[in-house]
Amino acid sequence: MNDEKTLDPKMIASKPLDPKTIAERVPGTAGSSLTRPNAASSNLDLDAPDKPYLDSNELIINMGPQHPATHGVLRVILKLDGEKVLGTECVIGYLHRGIEKIAENRTYTMFNPYVDRMDYCAAVSNGLGYCEAVEKLMNVEAPPRAQYIRVILTELQRIASHQLWLGTHALDIGAMTPLFYTFRDREEILKIFEKYCGARLTTHAFRIGGCQYEIYPGFEKDVKNFLTFVAPKIDEYETLLTTNRIWLERTKNVGVISGKDAIALGVTGPVLRASGVKWDIRKAVPYANYSKFDFEIPVGSNGDTYDRYLVRMAEMRQSLRIVEQAINGIPEGPIMAKVPKVIKPPVGEIYHSIEAPKGELGFFIVSDGSTQPYRLRVRPPSFVNLQALDLMVRGALVADVVAVIGTFDIVLGEVDR
Amino acid sequence: MNILTSYFGSNLPPGNAGNQLWALIYVFIIFAGVAVAVLCMNWIERKALAHFQIRLGPMRVGPHGLLQPFADALKLMLKEDIIPAEADATVFWVAPVIGLLAAFTVYIVIPFGPSQAVTDMNIGILFMLGVSSLGVLGIVTAGWASNSHYPLIGALRSSAQMVSYEVAMGMAIISAIMMTSMNAGGIGTLSMIGIVQAQQQQGIWFIFKFFPLGFIAFAIFAIAMVAETNRAPFDLPEAESELTAGFHTEYSGLRWSLFMLGEYAAMIAVSSIAVTLWLGGWMRPFPNLLNGPAWEFIFSLFPALTFGGLALITFIGTARMPSQSFFRIQRMGLGIFAVLLGFIALLLLLIAVVGHSNDASIAARFREGIDYVYWFIFKVAIFMYLFIWYRATWPRYRFDQLMSVGWKVMLPISLGVLILTAIVGVLIK
Repeated sequence: MNDEKTLDPKMIASKPLDPKTIAERVPGTAGSSLTRPNAASSNLDLDAPDKPYLDSNELIINMGPQHPATHGVLRVILKLDGEKVLGTECVIGYLHRGIEKIAENRTYTMFNPYVDRMDYCAAVSNGLGYCEAVEKLMNVEAPPRAQYIRVILTELQRIASHQLWLGTHALDIGAMTPLFYTFRDREEILKIFEKYCGARLTTHAFRIGGCQYEIYPGFEKDVKNFLTFVAPKIDEYETLLTTNRIWLERTKNVGVISGKDAIALGVTGPVLRASGVKWDIRKAVPYANYSKFDFEIPVGSNGDTYDRYLVRMAEMRQSLRIVEQAINGIPEGPIMAKVPKVIKPPVGEIYHSIEAPKGELGFFIVSDGSTQPYRLRVRPPSFVNLQALDLMVRGALVADVVAVIGTFDIVLGEVDR
Repeated sequence: MNILTSYFGSNLPPGNAGNQLWALIYVFIIFAGVAVAVLCMNWIERKALAHFQIRLGPMRVGPHGLLQPFADALKLMLKEDIIPAEADATVFWVAPVIGLLAAFTVYIVIPFGPSQAVTDMNIGILFMLGVSSLGVLGIVTAGWASNSHYPLIGALRSSAQMVSYEVAMGMAIISAIMMTSMNAGGIGTLSMIGIVQAQQQQGIWFIFKFFPLGFIAFAIFAIAMVAETNRAPFDLPEAESELTAGFHTEYSGLRWSLFMLGEYAAMIAVSSIAVTLWLGGWMRPFPNLLNGPAWEFIFSLFPALTFGGLALITFIGTARMPSQSFFRIQRMGLGIFAVLLGFIALLLLLIAVVGHSNDASIAARFREGIDYVYWFIFKVAIFMYLFIWYRATWPRYRFDQLMSVGWKVMLPISLGVLILTAIVGVLIK
């Protein structure tokens, strides 16, 4: 074939832009023509010219934003060689609602329900993180009874979130049935939430300074019933998956990330712990009375999808332990600290993080002394964890991308905010 | 009249007897039968899968969603039929038809009874293997003609998968064919009817022959046929969570339903082949141990009992329907359905009894035919249930794992079984 005659016109067009200097500055952008605004940050050479005929075996494929396995509106641009993944690029922002900006125009109390809409699968945990951050800023502390209620509800929420994760993750890998089992049992948790505060999903369960609602009559019985109900159900999920041959083949050594890489990328939560790093904010920087409870931090060793699965399953059991201790030791007393009607924190800034089901959920609040935050910044676990995707799926197959996205347990409401 | 009755005097399938009218009638019966079976399978799959997964499944259209398949079919026919602008329209149009034709053509050689088949080719099993492999052509062309990435990947996966599993499947089939020659004459056969008759003569289903050799060959076929029909856990070509819908992503409406029809027809076809080769085809259980007219009679009651049981379940369902006026029509419909089933059961019972009392009557011939077809369908139904069970239980294999299972596990085992079958056959004779 005569090279000069078969040159693609696109190839000629890209030449004068001097891709060499770009390639030197940004690794992986050789041949980029900078036609897209963010081409410099792309590692996929999306605008690289097509190779000559019969040599073009690279396929660029859009997974999402409408795709059953991306858990919402995540768009992953995959560069494939056959089925092998050469690189990925995440495009986020399809669910961006400007929650951080909204915070600057709402009072502290008014903003409280908004945080539930970030990680809508673990709304209670978001509320806990936000309320505690503002309390820390105001230098008040919720009374012990309120803290116990908070711990019970957040740990129940952790179980619910992990159940949802398990169902969807298994569905991504092709096992349909666990999804329905987990949703059946998650329903029981949502019923408790509904009885407690009237809402099932975006609960707005906590207030700054404590809890709005006293526990309803029969709450303790409901929670204890749930504890005895759900323990065998977790075993049931495990019988479906833990030793399932195909499940093992699909998850072992898939999406491996070392503890060092995970720390370097800021990955937190079960993903980090599965890589062998024993880091759980409930133990490391105890908040909300967690230091009073006896529980263990499950840790994996290989950092693969299967270990992350095991870690989350163990975490569900540990959460049951915490709930059991909390429900038995719930103290009497007020549920609301002395907080002024109009919340006006002193001038200052605060960073407070909690161990949400998906990882470290942090709130950074700058107060100018007014009723509204000057700036509120959220450190969402899903968003930070997602940046490890490319590292974990390079060289894997398309099916692994789906498994790895599932194993992160991302919620796009939290990634985009 | 002579043409119509001529069939009853013959002991050959109409295709072999040169009876074109009856061959045509058979083709129509099988075509309609398979289409109805696919509709039933659709409902049963949704219901069974739902009950595996603690839900109810379709409940709205008709009592217990019994009319859901018809509603689905109607919806699919009325739906807009989109051909993407960039697609190759002709190939796009032809692809589902190829898949469907391949799936349905296999039924020509499937023996529902010694004379209850369209024809008996002397190369029946070879014909079946050849034609069913054409199904992959429909999928590949569909994926290519869609001119879209996901269908293309789906089609590539599918072609690789079907081709590689066909090898192991072929080896398993050869070992079954080899077993047909383990008789006094030492002459084997490729004819589907001949294979069942060989099992009859040797007095053993091939699944139990040279235990465990026959069983291993059967197991390999049973796994390969799941891969061949792209069903879970080998449903990579249409892996919903990865490739949205695989090769039929761009298809909609009637064309999509043709793919589904082809898939289910292929499932029934491969199950029929497994039944024919290893499970004694149309033979009832234990024909050599429990023989004699009394046992014949007892086993010939099974079809009537099955329909009677279904009628009973339906009657119970009718009685348990809520008594609000809202459900009155549904209740009446279910009642009529129950009466219909009961009527069929009575008819079958009558045929069984009359056929038992008078061996020469036409009822005796009917009874025989019904028995054959009943036991054949009964065995196929077990496989169809297994297909649903697999789907509810297992996650999906990854592409490379699928390939390694096919080439590194199934193929060596099937080759070993083939060689061992030959050795044992020569030694035992």
